Amino acid sequence: MTEAILATQGISKSFGALKASDDVSIDLMAGEIHAIIGPNGAGKSTLIKQICGGLKPDTGTVKLLGEDVTDLPTELRARAGLGRTFQISALAMEDTVLQNAVLGALGGQGNPWRFFKPVLKDKDLLDTAMEALERVGLQDHAKTRTAELSHGQRRQLEVAVALTLKPKAFVMDEPMAGLGTEGSKRLTEFLGDLRHQAPILLVEHDMDAVFALADRISVLVYGKVIATGTVEEIRANKDVRDAYLGDEA
Amino acid sequence: MTRETLFNSAALAALALVPLWAHFSGEPFTVTLATRAVILALAAVGLHIALGLGGLVSLGHAVFFGIGGYAMGILAHHAQTYTPLMEWPFVIEGTKSMPVIWLVAVVLSSVVAYFIGLLSLRTSGVYFIMITLAFGQMFFFFAISWSAYGGEDGLSIYVRNGFPGVNTLVPIQFYALCFVILAAVMFFAARLQRSPFGLALNAARQAPDRVETVGLNPMRLRLIAFVLSGAITGLAGALFADLNRFVSPTMFSWQMSGELIIFIILGGLGRLYGPVVGAVVFVALEHILGDLSDYWHIYLGVLLLGVVLFARGGIIGMLLGREVAHD
Repeated sequence: MTEAILATQGISKSFGALKASDDVSIDLMAGEIHAIIGPNGAGKSTLIKQICGGLKPDTGTVKLLGEDVTDLPTELRARAGLGRTFQISALAMEDTVLQNAVLGALGGQGNPWRFFKPVLKDKDLLDTAMEALERVGLQDHAKTRTAELSHGQRRQLEVAVALTLKPKAFVMDEPMAGLGTEGSKRLTEFLGDLRHQAPILLVEHDMDAVFALADRISVLVYGKVIATGTVEEIRANKDVRDAYLGDEA
Repeated sequence: MTRETLFNSAALAALALVPLWAHFSGEPFTVTLATRAVILALAAVGLHIALGLGGLVSLGHAVFFGIGGYAMGILAHHAQTYTPLMEWPFVIEGTKSMPVIWLVAVVLSSVVAYFIGLLSLRTSGVYFIMITLAFGQMFFFFAISWSAYGGEDGLSIYVRNGFPGVNTLVPIQFYALCFVILAAVMFFAARLQRSPFGLALNAARQAPDRVETVGLNPMRLRLIAFVLSGAITGLAGALFADLNRFVSPTMFSWQMSGELIIFIILGGLGRLYGPVVGAVVFVALEHILGDLSDYWHIYLGVLLLGVVLFARGGIIGMLLGREVAHD
């Protein structure tokens, strides 16, 4: 069996009496989209924070490319190859679209300690940034101030910034949130291709997108994974229907 | 050339020409006033790097201003009394040389900024303001009680320090020296704003989560910004003390820190020329309104209120509108 690109092994996290993560083991294999679904308050955000940094699990380990990254801060996990998008866009709103993408490229390069040469004249950074913008279809908006982008375009830029890092694995927190039908259809297609570049751990509420994209689905309820399996297996699972899917499946 | 660069060049040209005009029309006091404005502008350009770019509301930048001032005061004091600064384990003499004094001022303020930054940058928002204020007060009261160097009364220096090839006793020459330093620092600050570091720092202010997830450490970016910022304000402090030939604990006062913030808000937050325009307007008002009334701060308060309420971009913002994203 090949090794997982990204894996959590039995991670638990409690806030007082609340078990936000309860012995969660999830793995992400090369070339796949692994979706995590669950009702509100199931502990999805807590789980993402433990995977990406910012929150340390009480027990258990997080592994990236076989390395234990549990104790690494967020920025070092990013350097180790983790690309993340946020549920609520975290972008430099006063800056242009290009500047945001260049920031990603700069992070990928890993050396911000240059104080004199204009960053937007650095050809390597520009090429990486423009390539990412082209892939999400924002190349014509490069000079636009990010605050002036539509909600959907900001979601695209989120993905583009993650792309500039050329990550080994993506963690995407509700990339479809707030997108219209047309927008989520386009993003669904895009992510479908992206998995071959790097696998995606996808937290998503949009069930159409999840069922269309996911190779595997894990269902999180009260911090616990109650089922992991293919789309068919999850649709057929009685526990899952009771806990979450209800009539949707 | 955009309107903004046009405005900036005009502002800088005016700052260079007005004292020249004053010099030749025999108004040396205006030259001194302009020197004061230029030095305060330099101090505020220092704060701009922390506040405008990094979003760090430091209410303790007088620490660096004062350190620069005392670096000058102490070195020159020992030079004029012919006593060494220390004799063991090696002898350090005082000096009347500006370049040496500047170097000491910059190095000391950088080191202090590093340690203050290390401690205070763990916090943010109102706590950061309070911690920097607390450091400011520590230095202020230390200076008051430091009787070896004048305590509350401060230190007077009889003759302004020297710079090779410049007669610093002539107001217009000292002015020129200060102006060149301001221009040089602004050139570097402008480059800094567009550099990779500037981009990352700017983003760390707006979206720290994003900066982390692309693999950069926002805290370290802020710390370096704070050190650069402190170094520049420290240099301004040394010049300020030299202008007055006097240094006292008021250079460490929190009112001083507050004034630096006022310059930036008055001129335009986030713009490199904001602190310069703010400092010049402030010094002019101080002079003009101060002639009219001892309570000139009341008018300044009204003006500031107006700027904060109705012209968020400060004076430059009012004249030029929102800054266009630079390329």
